[in-house]
Amino acid sequence: MSLIFAIFLPIILALVIPFLFKKVSSIHTGWFVLLAPLALVIFYATYIPTVMDGSTYIDKFAWIPSLDISLVSYIDGLSLLFSLLITGIGALVVLYSIFYLDKDKEKLGNFYVYLLLFMSAMLGVVQSDHLISLYFFWELTSISSFLLIGYWYTRDGSRFGALKSMMITVFGGLMMLGGFLLLGIMGDTFSIRELIDQAPTLVSQELFVWALVLVLIGAFTKSAQFPFYIWLPDAMEAPTPVSAYLHSATMVKAGLYLVARFTPIFALSEVWVWLVTGVGLLTLLWGSIFAVKQTDLKAILAFSTVSQLGLIMSLLGIGSISYHVTGDLVTTFTFATFAAIFHLMNHATFKGSLFMIAGIVDHETGTRDIRKLGGLMSLMPISFTIAMIGSFSMAGIPLFNGFLSKEMFLDATLSLQHFNVHSLESWWILFPLVAWVASVFTFVYSLYFVFHTFRGNYKPELLPKKAHEAPLGMLVSPSILAILVIVIFFVPNFFGNTFIKPAVAAIQPLAYQVPADVGFKIKAWHGFDSIALYMTLGIFLIGFILYKTIAKWSPIYDKMPANISLNRFYDGLMNLSDKGANRLSSTYMTGSIRSYLIYMFGAIIILLAFTMWIKDAFVIDLTNLAPIQFFEVLISIVLVISTLTILITNSRLTAIIALGAVGYTVSLFYVIFKAPDLALTQLVIETVSVALFLGAFYHLPKLNKYEKGKEDRRFRLTNFVIALGVGVMVTLIAIASHSQKLVKSISDYYKETVYSEAGGGNIVNVILVDYRGFDTLFEISVLTIASLGIIGMITVRLAKKKGDRKVENK
Amino acid sequence: MKTNDLIIQTATKVVFFIIFLFSIHIFFAGHYTPGGGFVGGLVMSSAIVLLMLAFDLKTVQEMLPINYTVVTAIGLLISILTASGSIFFNVPFFTHVFDDFYIPLLGETSIHTAMFFDTGVYLVVVGVTITIIQMIGGDE
Repeated sequence: MSLIFAIFLPIILALVIPFLFKKVSSIHTGWFVLLAPLALVIFYATYIPTVMDGSTYIDKFAWIPSLDISLVSYIDGLSLLFSLLITGIGALVVLYSIFYLDKDKEKLGNFYVYLLLFMSAMLGVVQSDHLISLYFFWELTSISSFLLIGYWYTRDGSRFGALKSMMITVFGGLMMLGGFLLLGIMGDTFSIRELIDQAPTLVSQELFVWALVLVLIGAFTKSAQFPFYIWLPDAMEAPTPVSAYLHSATMVKAGLYLVARFTPIFALSEVWVWLVTGVGLLTLLWGSIFAVKQTDLKAILAFSTVSQLGLIMSLLGIGSISYHVTGDLVTTFTFATFAAIFHLMNHATFKGSLFMIAGIVDHETGTRDIRKLGGLMSLMPISFTIAMIGSFSMAGIPLFNGFLSKEMFLDATLSLQHFNVHSLESWWILFPLVAWVASVFTFVYSLYFVFHTFRGNYKPELLPKKAHEAPLGMLVSPSILAILVIVIFFVPNFFGNTFIKPAVAAIQPLAYQVPADVGFKIKAWHGFDSIALYMTLGIFLIGFILYKTIAKWSPIYDKMPANISLNRFYDGLMNLSDKGANRLSSTYMTGSIRSYLIYMFGAIIILLAFTMWIKDAFVIDLTNLAPIQFFEVLISIVLVISTLTILITNSRLTAIIALGAVGYTVSLFYVIFKAPDLALTQLVIETVSVALFLGAFYHLPKLNKYEKGKEDRRFRLTNFVIALGVGVMVTLIAIASHSQKLVKSISDYYKETVYSEAGGGNIVNVILVDYRGFDTLFEISVLTIASLGIIGMITVRLAKKKGDRKVENK
Repeated sequence: MKTNDLIIQTATKVVFFIIFLFSIHIFFAGHYTPGGGFVGGLVMSSAIVLLMLAFDLKTVQEMLPINYTVVTAIGLLISILTASGSIFFNVPFFTHVFDDFYIPLLGETSIHTAMFFDTGVYLVVVGVTITIIQMIGGDE
């Protein structure tokens, strides 16, 4: 199986899912869907042994060769780890969803198509070596996330959340595209690997910092970093399997992937180091503080995800300092990268299981409001056990994998003291301090999540459903993740060697040639002289006190001014752009055809006059004119008389007939000038349009809209100016084009090729269907659209009239 | 006052078919002599418009129970398919081919993919024109 094919396998499966959903209703569609991630996880697992030794794989498919855009699947330690996460967690989530979503009530066809689409997109993101295809897959994840959040599209909250996530992530995506283009221009290549090779020369370029900031905005929006995180809590309207998959384990980690992948390029700039570390830590603190405030189980997890993503982000930032130091210090900082990848993996396991438990609680009790929940421990013992394992891991308590990576994180922030630039001497202490405070709050909300749900008093009167343990199938996936949480704690170095070291080697190519060079060992016990140990003990102590007194201090949150929040800002911005666009378009979209015609003709006059004037093209040359025949004069007189009739007459019927006369007279000119095709077309068009006019006659408003007076004079004056302008311009252009033949007429070319190459005799028709077939194709498309528009307009009017009548009848 | 449409109705019954055949004629003739899908379609539309003038919308709808929106759609589809057919032969979009074939009764005939494209144009023009006239005329 080729690597490119593997990326698209889920999409290919998605093609048949709607049919399976409709035709095979006895089996839950999820079982078919499960095949794709299962097959892929096995497929990618076969790469583990060789990638561990430092091998990389590449598969290329030329997508748009003329623009040098290709799909490149590149497998190294980093992309393999992500691919395994995507497919592994994907398989568990699909399995979970089979029990979560009812096959008779839900539109599973839609759901699984979106989910598979997302899976392919996400695999594409982490494997693309080409910037443009990376961007393509990146936006595809935004779109599939939009569809999945809006899956229950009849709910207002779902639509709002879907739109919000789309707006913010697509905004970031576009910024990122800008950054990619700058990189492509600077390096003259879109291949990430080639750009990495060029990094030392790129860093000195002027555009480098711009590219860096733009790419980071993309990463920050996707990974819900401050201040863009606001979409993630609203994305919790999605079905829980989606939240567990997209909004905790995979999609939101795409930003982290991007930062990790571009570290070898951008880390050479210090702006990168401080932006990534600073924003990461700020997000960590912000998310953890606000998680405690939440009352919805999934909202707690959403803020916790924001905070944990910030943690990993800051670790990646600290890791990139290794590019700025030499000697032993390099490994001091690459250790942070190691911790980042380790925590990324741990987070996927414990947060995935916690989301699934939140879903189970919702499913079995009918609510996710933590104020109504409590005392579920005895009713749902298995769920409680899993939730406890996940929460304790999140809190960083020993015996669970979160403890290991949390200690490594604290160590990494402490290592900042060795980075002596920019008079950081005493400021560095700020970083471990922020990390410590955030960890305290993490501890608090972890306990809050599990104990407020499962302990305390059972309040059956507040619950919509009678609570009971979830079906066994639903518990399988979270149990697997919970078991992993414990297994990783006991054999961390197995996972370290297999998954983390290859990924670290990919992020730190300067420090490590092959994964085996990464010499870190994960230990639970660092001895009594480890500062991190005392920090951890402090977290437990203060965290426990704060948790116990939560009722006393949590009212502080309500004192915060609500009107300066980021959500307010987003709503305001959306409102403003909505109203602004509306106001702007209503200034010129008056609904009167006359205004539109004025714009169009006015634009034609100005554009043509301006171009002609700039190009100095007004030439009147009266030589070489054909002699004027008697009947040409005659026809011209008829033409002028009928045109004047239109202007003078007071009856619309006369005007229509006179207009028809003008048209027929023009077609006579075509006959004289030997253009039978045009003459024929003009004749028939005139006939049909006069008939059409007569049909519309009945509906037209009164001819004299304005009474005689000032208003009327202005109305007529505008008409006069526009008409005169168009007439004069067309005449001048006709004369100018006769007076100067700058290029050879194209008609000779037609004459030569019409028979031999186009196989026809009538040039006019061959132009229509062959030489300029595109024009005709677009014209008939426009015609079709216009006719559909007319149907729409008139049926809406009819429906309105009927509605009015109904009101009157009442 | 009761209108008497006897003359126009009787004439239409004959003329309609003549115009119809004429439209087919200029459609096929189009590639070598004046005509083509666009004009052919318009002539056909004018024939139907004549019917509408002589009788009324309802009667015409009973005579020719055709959904003109569908005609438009089919036409557009034929045109787009003809145009995109070429990409399956690894030549640029919209490449036409033509050759002479022997067809029973008609003898040696040149068949051109442009003709299929033109058929689409013909149908779109008929569909759109009649749809618009029907909509506006039917809107009381």
